[in-house]
Amino acid sequence: MALIDLANPTRFLSATARVLPWLAIATAIAFAVGLYLVWSAPDDYQQGATVKIMFIHVPNAWLAMAVWAVMSIASIGTLVWRHPLADVAAKAAVPLGAAFTFLALLTGSLWGRPMWGTYWVWDARLTSVLVLFLMYLGVLALSRTVDDPSRAGRAAAILTLVGAINLPIIKFSVDWWNTLHQPASVFRASGPAIDPSILTPLLVMALAFMLLFVTLHLAAMRNEILRRRVRTMWLMQAHAAS
Amino acid sequence: MTGFTNLGPHAAFIVAAYAAALAVIISLIAWVLADHAAQRRLLADLEARGVSRRSDKEAA
Repeated sequence: MALIDLANPTRFLSATARVLPWLAIATAIAFAVGLYLVWSAPDDYQQGATVKIMFIHVPNAWLAMAVWAVMSIASIGTLVWRHPLADVAAKAAVPLGAAFTFLALLTGSLWGRPMWGTYWVWDARLTSVLVLFLMYLGVLALSRTVDDPSRAGRAAAILTLVGAINLPIIKFSVDWWNTLHQPASVFRASGPAIDPSILTPLLVMALAFMLLFVTLHLAAMRNEILRRRVRTMWLMQAHAAS
Repeated sequence: MTGFTNLGPHAAFIVAAYAAALAVIISLIAWVLADHAAQRRLLADLEARGVSRRSDKEAA
């Protein structure tokens, strides 16, 4: 089956039914391996065992931004090609992105209290991620306010693309401003600054969370397609009755 | 190697972070599964009442 064939909702549903069980198994295996590596990882020489929070904080922080990037690409598909599956992809990603961003903020806060002595500071990185979380809630509210899915999708797509300006601000906030948050230590031109004993479990946990997102996103897209079918059938029933 | 048995003086923060992540992941999975069941139920209900989509009629 060509990739373009999946752009048809019916074909997408049958492909999803085949792929989802395997993705769920791969996600469970990745989490099992990741948690074993986290369990085996040494304490950090400065953070002690508190470094274990990083194994869930960092993947969720990456996903918080990656999901918005996925929504932005899907939003271009909605606005330029008006493809219904693009709108479905964007809408299905919003609650997932909001949940990952919430976890990034919460686990960062739980790490910050013992390490920085405070749960929260209004520095550039933390504030820009909080803005990202509020934008997720805004898109979530907007897409549920407008009754017609295609109109709601276009409005949410515009808001998503405007909000994408925040992604480089989050990424480079630690370079542009003086912040309490440490600078990038994995994706750097000179290579990761983290010891392999910590980096390996971190990357495996990141893979596990990414697989979790892909699995839940496909499942949520399938649900959204079914929801739109139900809506169409309700409208047809109402039209037939009138 | 400390595992999860000796988490040092900040154990409560580490346990709280993992518990929150577990709770959020379980909530997301439960939401997706419950939503799927609900949409399937609504579709079956509509089909039982004889409502079908245009594409279904064309295919028949």
